[in-house]
Amino acid sequence: MAEVSFKGKTFEVDEDGFLLRFEEWSPEWVEFVKESEGIAEITEDHQKILDFLQDYYKKNGIAPMVRILSKNTGFKLKQVYELFPSGPGKGACKMAGLPKPTGCV
Amino acid sequence: MAKHATPKLDQLESGPWPSFVSDIKQEAENRAKNPKGLDYQIPVDCPEDLLGVLELSYNDGETHWKHGGIVGVFGYGGGVIGRYCDQPEKFPGVAHFHTVRLNQPSGKYYTSEYLRALCDIWDLRGSGLTNMHGSTGDIVLLGTTTPQLEEIFWEVTHNLDTDLGGSGSNLRTPADCLGQTRCEYACYDTSALALEMTREYQDELHRPAFPYKFKFKFDGCPNGCVAAIARSDFSVIGTWKDGIKIDQAAVKAYVAGEFKPNAGAHSGRDWGKFDLVEEVVKRCPSEAISWDGSTMSIDRKECVRCMHCINTMPRALRIGDERGASILCGAKAPILDGAQMSSLVVPFVEAEAPFDEIKEVVENIWDWWMEEGKNRERLGETMKRLSLQKLLEVTGQQADPRHVMEPRHNPYIFFKEEEVPGGWDRDITEYRKRHLR
Repeated sequence: MAEVSFKGKTFEVDEDGFLLRFEEWSPEWVEFVKESEGIAEITEDHQKILDFLQDYYKKNGIAPMVRILSKNTGFKLKQVYELFPSGPGKGACKMAGLPKPTGCV
Repeated sequence: MAKHATPKLDQLESGPWPSFVSDIKQEAENRAKNPKGLDYQIPVDCPEDLLGVLELSYNDGETHWKHGGIVGVFGYGGGVIGRYCDQPEKFPGVAHFHTVRLNQPSGKYYTSEYLRALCDIWDLRGSGLTNMHGSTGDIVLLGTTTPQLEEIFWEVTHNLDTDLGGSGSNLRTPADCLGQTRCEYACYDTSALALEMTREYQDELHRPAFPYKFKFKFDGCPNGCVAAIARSDFSVIGTWKDGIKIDQAAVKAYVAGEFKPNAGAHSGRDWGKFDLVEEVVKRCPSEAISWDGSTMSIDRKECVRCMHCINTMPRALRIGDERGASILCGAKAPILDGAQMSSLVVPFVEAEAPFDEIKEVVENIWDWWMEEGKNRERLGETMKRLSLQKLLEVTGQQADPRHVMEPRHNPYIFFKEEEVPGGWDRDITEYRKRHLR
């Protein structure tokens, strides 16, 4: 597995650029990933989604369903894509440090 | 000179069926020669490394692809199936081997001009290998690297006017039988419906918003040439309301042996002279056909429109004129709680462009399932968990004997409180006044 360094921090990631360990997440990770996810600047709205994903993951041990993400953050799916162009899975979950989505994708 | 020895795969080059091994070798050779002088954007030996890793899997009896893979293009949540080899040093040509799904045209009709243009893109930016087509219907471009994904997407959208197909927890690429384009049984324009539904629900197709995957398939008649009833959550199957049209002169031509039964489908074996009574009348599942030696008649009230008589005598019997479709729901493969075929929900619906009646059923079902469906629960499983009654309620269907194969045999029957005089609030002391403890 590859290791990447950014602003003095190192992160272990898989081929798709997902963190291997949630515990290794730090604010620098978001800064590091954002460009590859087509995001120029992290706004409050971005942060709200990232915070919710992390809270939900810590509490439940899984990523929330899209419907739950929308309901709790108040962002419709269209807005989520405006914020994270590769979507809630590849975009937001990756930046939040959650494990890579699995299943029949 | 092949890069890897493939003694096992080489055996699959013998025999009469078109060999995928010979074809891949041919593409490997073509790339090595590079007659067009292309600046290949992924390793030139990608197909050779694919054969190499496949041979290794033949030896080990194990797959050599890593688990999962999340790649895609900006704006979409699906369409690309990421894949990485678990022996990237040995087979660098397939270290990345992502699959791109492209939305195919209804009925899979092509011009060679279109296919050439597609191959030109794929030759440059992919492995040169494809699957025509994936079982859901997509054109499958088999094997490329992550940096090429946006490049391919740009080229297919800008130069080919073609979009990606679906993947993930969303509406997957719809597919249809070839319908009225060349079949006299088609009860509605399946191609038009597939195109219309694909366009109408682009958002649902490209950005996963569902509890799980959801598939549309459109069959023109009950023969099921796209297998809608088995392979789609929402199956639309053409049918008609009035009687089968009978051409008595053509019936006589079948009896006389001028026309071959089943359009000659059984001509590979001698089944004797066509026997109308044995092959059609007695095989009718509802015994609705009679034949008095010169006239054939069908009791339309008893006909279940199974297609057998029409299939057997296509020149004499034709579908009725009052056409439409049935909507069936819930087909799925075994995981998690067992395989299902679709169950009848709407016995007859109009199926004319712009297909508003069908869209209304779809959207009612989505409203319900998107809210009530559990994570990774197919519609068929939600129906099992929350009942067919609930589905009928949300689609506004009046329960009808046609909704069941047979009535339930257990007496665990739920009633709505408002249907029962006095409701559910009862006082035990009132009861005890009449029934001592």
